[in-house]
Amino acid sequence: MAEAVRRLRVGTPRVTFYVVCTLLVAVWLIPLVIAVFTSLKSMDEIMSSKVMWAVPRVWAFENFVRVWAEVGMSRYVLNTLIITIPSVVGTLLISSLGAFALAFYRFRLNRAVLVVFVAGMLIPFQMLMIPVFRFSDSLRIINTFPGVILFHVAFQLGFCTFFLRNFMRQIPYSLLEAPRIDGASDFTIFVRIILPLCVSSMAALAVLEFTWIWNDLLWSLVLLQSDALKPVTLGLANMQGEFISNYNLTAAGSLIAASIPLVFFLAFQRYFIEGLTVGAVKG
Amino acid sequence: MRLGKRWWVPWAFLALPLAMYAIWVIAPIVESMVFAFTKQDSIMYGARFIGLRNFARLFSDPTFFLALRNNLAWLILFVLLPVPLGLFIAMLFNNSYGGNKLYKTLFYLPMTLSFTVIGTIWAWIYHPDFGALNSLLRGVGLPGLTRQWLGDKRYMTFALIAVGIWRQVPYVMILYLAGLNGVPPELVEASMVDGASWLQRLRHVVLPLLAPATVVAMTISVIDSLRAFDIVYVMTNTKARAAEVLASFMYSSAFHYSDYGYGSAIAVIQFLITFGFIIFYISRTFRSEIEQ
Repeated sequence: MAEAVRRLRVGTPRVTFYVVCTLLVAVWLIPLVIAVFTSLKSMDEIMSSKVMWAVPRVWAFENFVRVWAEVGMSRYVLNTLIITIPSVVGTLLISSLGAFALAFYRFRLNRAVLVVFVAGMLIPFQMLMIPVFRFSDSLRIINTFPGVILFHVAFQLGFCTFFLRNFMRQIPYSLLEAPRIDGASDFTIFVRIILPLCVSSMAALAVLEFTWIWNDLLWSLVLLQSDALKPVTLGLANMQGEFISNYNLTAAGSLIAASIPLVFFLAFQRYFIEGLTVGAVKG
Repeated sequence: MRLGKRWWVPWAFLALPLAMYAIWVIAPIVESMVFAFTKQDSIMYGARFIGLRNFARLFSDPTFFLALRNNLAWLILFVLLPVPLGLFIAMLFNNSYGGNKLYKTLFYLPMTLSFTVIGTIWAWIYHPDFGALNSLLRGVGLPGLTRQWLGDKRYMTFALIAVGIWRQVPYVMILYLAGLNGVPPELVEASMVDGASWLQRLRHVVLPLLAPATVVAMTISVIDSLRAFDIVYVMTNTKARAAEVLASFMYSSAFHYSDYGYGSAIAVIQFLITFGFIIFYISRTFRSEIEQ
């Protein structure tokens, strides 16, 4: 009887659930399985068997070593880290200032400012490309890391401000009243009371932002020309041109590019999902 | 809310974020709108005002209509397929069986990958000789259905959209799962006791309750479909113009053909099309707050 009630609640019968889910996940992940197998085969094996989903006969781990060292994947990964980490930290800190103002102060343009932040994050990037290039060039930060980082920080402010402001509004106002009566300044309240309460939501935001900025292709394409500065997405796109027929190396390169966001996702999955549903927007 | 009494305090907090946003996002939008009325062969110098001529040229440019048509295909398929699929899969996952979490984690994986990685991987699926898709078709005795997926103008756009959908479905599913969290199980149970069929339950109980999630999922999918760029760039290298969408058409016009005014005009059209959906999304998002 207890079992019957449970089944009613959940809807899908247990057997159906396992059969359908196994099939679904298997089909959905075929592309990734093919990538893993391809990255571990020699070119001879790929050309002779012609079946991309076959398990490698000889596991060629040296493909990863070659791509990392000879093809220069290590440099691209390092460049991506140099771009991504300061961008995430910067956008979190700066957006928390704006979110605080929008969450706790009543002023005439409050709603208008919020709408501007939200609308900005949804517009097509093509509207920004030429002017941002020109601006960066006139400031002489085109083709430099700070140029890309500053852009990412600024552009991601839209989503982060919206996200943090929504979170801060749930903080009970009474928490702010005591320090207020004690004569604490607004900035002290922000740093001492609000920021510590936002740690978990900022962690969720950091996971999302890290993935988005890590995966960015377009802005590196526009703002970085020199090969020495290219991030892993752009390096991989170039590699496809250069090593067009070395499927095993491109596969190994793809997996290296995917590995860090993947590890991040697996470690912080709960935050990742929370972040996506709170804002209901993505990049 | 009501914290400080001095009017300038919130503006002091907003100064840095607003200034950065104004410089890198708002001013560029205005600038692009101005550039759309100019002719400019160098990105930095020599803009000449030419009125509406860029737009007139667009409306007699077959590539523009091709991009527009392709974008329309992206938009329609991005709403028609990921939204019901995401809902179906979310309902499938909406239980507490053992292993549920693991299945979900695996299913989410594509969302964490960059389009460069995704494009690289899918290029092998579509490879005409030993790609998985054609091998599969030959294997099940349908060799007549094999195609040059990325080489044939007729199939290219659809091959790219399929890749986009592959990544979009898990995302829509997340939105629906969050929506299902708010559906009281008693309601669904009550309709089960009534003897309503699965389809009736879906139509009369679940779908109305999930309407807000559906609106968000659809709007986001539309906005995403209009922003499609990375997949097209990586998988066709924008050389094969048959798969061009507005975003990639703008990129190649400006950055390959150094036609910056023309590129800006394309961006403005793209912006105008998206704008309506953005307004709709914002009014939906804030409606509940205004009612409070």
